[in-house]
Amino acid sequence: MSTEHDMAMVMDFMPPFAHEMGMTVDHMQGVLPVIAFDYGPHVMGRPGFLHGGAMSGLMEIAAIAALRVTLSGDEPTLRIKPVNITINFMRGGREARTYALGEVTRIGRRVANVEAKAWQDDAAKPIATVFMNFLLSPPKPA
Amino acid sequence: MTDPAPETATQGGGFDPSAFEGILSRLGHGGHLGMRYRAHGVGWVEMELPYSEKLIGDVESGIIASGPIISLMDNATSLSVWTAIGEFRPQVTLDLRVDYMRPATPGKAVIGRGECYKVTRSMAFVRGVAHDGDAEDPVAHVAGTFIRVDNFLG
Repeated sequence: MSTEHDMAMVMDFMPPFAHEMGMTVDHMQGVLPVIAFDYGPHVMGRPGFLHGGAMSGLMEIAAIAALRVTLSGDEPTLRIKPVNITINFMRGGREARTYALGEVTRIGRRVANVEAKAWQDDAAKPIATVFMNFLLSPPKPA
Repeated sequence: MTDPAPETATQGGGFDPSAFEGILSRLGHGGHLGMRYRAHGVGWVEMELPYSEKLIGDVESGIIASGPIISLMDNATSLSVWTAIGEFRPQVTLDLRVDYMRPATPGKAVIGRGECYKVTRSMAFVRGVAHDGDAEDPVAHVAGTFIRVDNFLG
């Protein structure tokens, strides 16, 4: 599959909230999408800084996107339900474009464990990271 | 989480989060999502997030995304620290954990109640509940910590 196809597939399952926050697929890193948004009043917390919740929302979408892409080969119809999220904040997010990348640690029969991190100028200096657990369930009968 | 919400909440020591209302509803991420102040007392603050189509996380069901709930609880718990100590003290979120009990009901506002249960010289410990009308049937539980900073505006 082409990179363009993968990016379009990820954009396709981004919900209205993601679009509202200005989230887009910035590029693909291997098979996984790097999700990003630009700084603006819509993601501002204290003046001049990114809101922790906006950061979390970005990482959550990156985590879901990573899980969807990872499942797309064998289990594209599986339903995923977030059970919980733990967010650690390392640095204040400044007035800059913010990137997030999710990575699936494990997919079990019922649970998927996914991590994601967010950064601005340097991917080696994350501004925040998340751990998420998802419950996996078969699709609803048609 | 057991205090009943008083009819008029005016306590909170020297810090009044309702004064933040105008700022919260106009500026920044919270305002953009439609978040607003609801009530407060010493050590707790309630914020409200009215239902909006722009918050939707699942188009088929109309259920809102979980991201806005994190933002709601981050704000409510953050403000609760200042009503606990009775004044504004610069701080940033160190960590936050959110457990999702069930999806918020489409069409209903989500109410976020944040509570600060311990403050030390450097830290504030918080917890909270998000619900959509019945606090006994929560949408989410949260727990987190805030750390005091000197350079709030960096």
